[in-house]
Amino acid sequence: MANTIKDRTAIVGIAQTRFGKGIEDSELSLACQAISMALDDAGIAPKDVDGLVAFSMEDGREVEVARNLGLGGITFFGQVGYGGGAGCGTTGHAALAVASGQCEVAVAWRARKRADKGSRPWAQTSSRIDNPWQWSRPWGLLRPVDEIAVLTRRYMHEYGATRDHLANVAIAFRKHANRNPHATMKDKTLTREQYMSARWVSEPLCLFDNCLETDGALAVVIVSAERAKDLRHPPAYIHSYAQGIPPQHQVMTNFFCEDPLAGPSHTAAKRLWANSDIKPGDIDVAQIYDAFSPLIPLSLEGYGFCKRGEGASFTDDGALEWPNGKLPTNTAGGGMSEAYVHGFNLVVEGVRQMRGTSTSQVEGAESCLVTSGEGVPTSALVLRR
Amino acid sequence: MTATGFILPGLEDPAARPFWDGTSRGELLIQACGSCGATRMPPRPMCPACRSIDVAWKKVSGRGRVWSFVVPHPPLLPAYAEVAPYNVIVVELEDDPSIRLVGNLVASADGGINEVDPATIRIGEPVRVVFAQIEDVALPRWVRA
Repeated sequence: MANTIKDRTAIVGIAQTRFGKGIEDSELSLACQAISMALDDAGIAPKDVDGLVAFSMEDGREVEVARNLGLGGITFFGQVGYGGGAGCGTTGHAALAVASGQCEVAVAWRARKRADKGSRPWAQTSSRIDNPWQWSRPWGLLRPVDEIAVLTRRYMHEYGATRDHLANVAIAFRKHANRNPHATMKDKTLTREQYMSARWVSEPLCLFDNCLETDGALAVVIVSAERAKDLRHPPAYIHSYAQGIPPQHQVMTNFFCEDPLAGPSHTAAKRLWANSDIKPGDIDVAQIYDAFSPLIPLSLEGYGFCKRGEGASFTDDGALEWPNGKLPTNTAGGGMSEAYVHGFNLVVEGVRQMRGTSTSQVEGAESCLVTSGEGVPTSALVLRR
Repeated sequence: MTATGFILPGLEDPAARPFWDGTSRGELLIQACGSCGATRMPPRPMCPACRSIDVAWKKVSGRGRVWSFVVPHPPLLPAYAEVAPYNVIVVELEDDPSIRLVGNLVASADGGINEVDPATIRIGEPVRVVFAQIEDVALPRWVRA
């Protein structure tokens, strides 16, 4: 494979604000605080930043971030769309820009105030719609959870997946959050009995199949592999990166296409592994986007950890749990139990695993898969030490 | 907000208008390519099979099978929360199983979307289209066939 970005850039700075509900600071302020701390973590001055990549859903635009932080001249900026699909995308775009010489120090971030009920995107739907949601919302598929529940029911029907499999996911991530002092759910344990008796949100999905609603921000700093060697933390090299929109996909209501259970992760995985020397069987630890628990089995299949239909049973026997599972996953608690900041906390936790500083550190971890939203146009990274 | 509080199509998307005109006449139409005949839903301006922008609309029988279903519970928009839990089904058409449509399983055209016991709904069960008039829109829903 000629001329890929393999190992040519690294994440050298990470930071996060506190996670909570009802944080008063604006999204822009939270973004600036996270980026400021990430630059300090990297030991890089704001005037050296010349690349910015944002979520297109972000409130704080590049110009505002730049003039608050006192950044230098910006020679590369861009945005990645589709909400939770963008976390690895912003980081990957930053890596592409650094590797191709469009900038030298790039920052990617996500700040979100999602804990406020008024911030729920689905609740702001106008009552007359002419966009593609006119084919689902009038009948009451209002929220992302309803759309993913459609796929989940079908997945259960086709492959015999059960709520016990989804509970495996929720319980594993909660255990990791219980070990993470910054996790929203650090003090709340979750038993299988609690899971099974939880209230429904959209059958077959219950409360604990859903991510948290969080205020907070995180940021990462990306530089060339050469520059990374001289900085204060062990670099987390960006080994491979890909995005994915499968044929005939819609934003999330993808049950109109030929094979709805083969989502964007299948498309991203082809490029990700084609450009990677590290293969699924070599991956030591994973951070898999978990706005909803069924995205884990779907992603495990998409990224090739098992065959189609085997993602649910893959989660049995504590497979996702630190320290003894075959693929410890979402080791800080993920979107379901650490914080839901559109999956950007998964990127930061991936870097901690490569630095050796996770609160559920996989011993000797050399590689980490990080993914963004399955179900929406997505992205993924392979990080390595 | 619409008078009923339900989300409804705006009827201003030119690619979608023939579908909604059809439902108002009691017909279920799906979009087909005017050149190669390939069917596609949701409607869009160009045929992904042959890139023609010629459009034809094809009347289908209105029979189908439940492909999947969910039962939403609150928090929901107020008009939907009032009738929750209700069912939403995805139907694959008997005439053309590659085409799936979102709907509700109801006991009759004017029946509530919460009237059918969700515990009785089965993937694969046969259904038949009916049309519920909500404000100025005839919304396709489904009864057991």
